[in-house]
Amino acid sequence: MKKIEIPLEENLGHGHLACAGCGAAVAMRLTLKALGEKTVMVFPASCWSIVPGSWPYSSYRITAVHAGFVTGAATASGVRAALDVRGDDETLVTVWAGDGGTFDIGLQALSGAAERNEDLLYICNDNEGYMNTGTQRSSATPFLAWTTTTPAMKPKENPKKDIMAIMADHQIPYAATATIAYPEDLIRKLEKAKGIRGTRFIHLFSPCPPGWKMASEQTIKISRLAVRSRIFPLYEIENGRNYTIQEEHRVVSVKEYLKLQGRFSHLTEKDIETTQRNVDDTWERLLRRARC
Amino acid sequence: MKKVITGNQAVAYGVILSRVDVISAYPITPQTTIVEELSELIASGRLKTKFLKVESEHSAMAALIGASTGGVRTFTATSSHGLAYMHEMLHWASGARLPIVLVNVNRALGAPWNIWGDQSDSVSQRDTGWIQLYCENNQEVLDTILQAYLIAETVRLPVMVVLDAFVLSHTAEAVEIPSIEEVDSILPPFCPDYPIDTQEPRAYSVITTPDYFMEFRYKVQKAMEEVPGVARKVDEEFRARFGRGYGAIEKYGKEGAEVLLMTSGTVTSTSRMVTKKMVEKGVSIAGIKVKRFRPFPSEEIYKAIQGAKKIAVIDRNLSAGVGGVFAQELRASLYSREERPQVFGFVSGLGGRDITPELIEEAIQYTLDHNRPEEEILWLGLKK
Repeated sequence: MKKIEIPLEENLGHGHLACAGCGAAVAMRLTLKALGEKTVMVFPASCWSIVPGSWPYSSYRITAVHAGFVTGAATASGVRAALDVRGDDETLVTVWAGDGGTFDIGLQALSGAAERNEDLLYICNDNEGYMNTGTQRSSATPFLAWTTTTPAMKPKENPKKDIMAIMADHQIPYAATATIAYPEDLIRKLEKAKGIRGTRFIHLFSPCPPGWKMASEQTIKISRLAVRSRIFPLYEIENGRNYTIQEEHRVVSVKEYLKLQGRFSHLTEKDIETTQRNVDDTWERLLRRARC
Repeated sequence: MKKVITGNQAVAYGVILSRVDVISAYPITPQTTIVEELSELIASGRLKTKFLKVESEHSAMAALIGASTGGVRTFTATSSHGLAYMHEMLHWASGARLPIVLVNVNRALGAPWNIWGDQSDSVSQRDTGWIQLYCENNQEVLDTILQAYLIAETVRLPVMVVLDAFVLSHTAEAVEIPSIEEVDSILPPFCPDYPIDTQEPRAYSVITTPDYFMEFRYKVQKAMEEVPGVARKVDEEFRARFGRGYGAIEKYGKEGAEVLLMTSGTVTSTSRMVTKKMVEKGVSIAGIKVKRFRPFPSEEIYKAIQGAKKIAVIDRNLSAGVGGVFAQELRASLYSREERPQVFGFVSGLGGRDITPELIEEAIQYTLDHNRPEEEILWLGLKK
C-alpha cells in the first residue's frame, strides 16, 4: 500500500472552541488537511456551528457556509449548482454534519441529494447523539446508552440506525467509514473520495468526552477500541455493491470499549453480553453484504 | 410579441427573460404547470438554467440559499403547504440578504384539504423579511418578476411574487412578452458583492452573539425602508421602457370619493368593474389596489386616502382571532395619523370561493350605509 502523507498545511486555525479531547476536532483538522483550500464546506447545525467561534471571527481557513439544521445536503446541492454555472468544476463542495443532522433531521435532504447523485462529499461526524444541545439521544445513539433523554433507568431501547446500509442502497459511487485512531486510513479515504464524482459519503466516528462521560485523554484509545471491538468497523462501499473491509485483527470484546465510558456504566453483565451478541450479528451482516 | 398565456406560463416567461441561473422547486398544485413548463424549456435546450428537482420545498429554498450564496440568480415557485414548509428557510434567506425570487400561487392551507385560492399562505409569511408583491393579471405577473429581480438585487432582500390560484395561474389571457434584448437593457447580470470564492475564504451566516445580532436585523429593516424608493425608480424605468407600470398601490374610480374599497390580487379586477358601474349610477366610490404588501405602503396609502371617511377592505385571508390581514395592516398604519377613516374589514372568498360582483357591491353598500362597522370582522358571502 502506498504510504500516506499527511499534509503539513493547517486549515483549522487557532482559537476554536472544541472541548478538551474532542474527537471531532482531530477529525476536522485531518479532514481539512486532506481536502485543501479549494473546498467549500457546508455546516448544518451541529457543534461545528459553534466551534469555529462567533462573528466576526472564524477558525476555518476554508469557505464555510453555515446552514439550517435540515439542509446540509440541499444547501450544498445549491452551492454546487452555482459553481457549475460559474464554470468552476474544481472546487470541492462538502457537507460536515452531525449524526442528528444526518441520521435524523437531515436524512430526507441527504437521501434526495444522493438519489440525484449530486457531486458532493458528505461527511457525517458521528458522536452518537445531540451533543451540542447537551447529549440527547439521536437515532445514531447505540443500544442501551445513557443520554439526557434516555436516562440510565430507561436507556436507549433501539439499536443504532445503519446509515451506511441506507447510503449504500442509494447506489452512490462511494461510501466509507473512518475514525481518528486510523488517520492514514481517514486521509486515504478522503483523498479517494476527492477523486470521485457524484455523491460520496464518509461516516466519521468521533468520540465525545462530555457526551460519552469519558476521560478526555482516552479519545484516540476509544476510537481505536471501537474498531477493534467491531462496534465501528472500517470499510468502503463502491457503487452500493463492492465492499472492502479494512479488517482489524487485534479484536477485543465490546466490554473493553464499553467500560471506559460512563454512558454505559449502568450496563449489567447480561446487557454487555446482549451488546456483544448484537455487535457479532451486525459484523456477520456486514460480512454477508460484503460477500454478495 | 403578444401571446395568449396562463399566469403560470407568464411566470415561466418571466424566468426565461430574467436569465435565471439556478431553479430549485418541488411540485404542488396549483404551481405545477410552472415547473412543468420550465422543465420542458430546459429539456429542449431553449433555457440554459440548472434545475434542481429536489425532494421537498424545504430543500428547494435551502438549495437556492446555497446557490445564491454561490453568486448566481435563483428562482423557485410554490403554493400553500409548500410555502409553509419553506417558512424556516424564508427567514434564513432574508437574514443572509440573498435576492432570491419566489413565485407563490396563492392557495388555502389545510385542514380541511383545499387546493383553491386564498392568501393565507403568503400573508402568514409577512414577518419573514421578504418583500411581497401581489398581481392582478398575467401581464402584471410577467412584469413583476422582471421588476422583482431589479428590486431584490438592489436592496439585497428576497422577493415573493404572488398570484391567485386558477383565476390567474390556469387562466389564459393576452400578454405582451418583451424580447430578451429589451429585458437585458434594463436587467443587468447579477453581480453580488461577496460570492463564494475559495481564493478569499469567508464564513457565511456564522453564529452571531447578542452583541451583534441586533445590528444585522436593523440592517434588514433599513433595507426594507429602501424598498419604496427603489421600487418606484424600477417601476418608472420599466414604464419608460415598456409603457407599463404598477406602483406600490393604484387608485381608481371617483376623484374625491369619501368611501374607498381596498383589495389585492384578482379581486381588484372585479372591483374595478363594480365601482365603475356604481360611479355611473352616481355613487361616490373609489378603489385602491394594494400591490406591495411588504414593506406595507403606508405613505402611499395615506396620500391616496386623503379626504376619505370610510375604507372597506376585502381580505381573501384570515388571521384567526384577529380578522383579515390587509385590514389589520391598514389599521396599524393609520393609528398614528391625524386622519383616521373608519376601516371596515370584510373577509371573503376563503378556500377559492368566488368573490362575485354582487358580494363586492354588498360590501360597498354596507360601508355606505354604516358610520362604523358593527363588527370587527364582516363576513362576506358566508353561509348562514
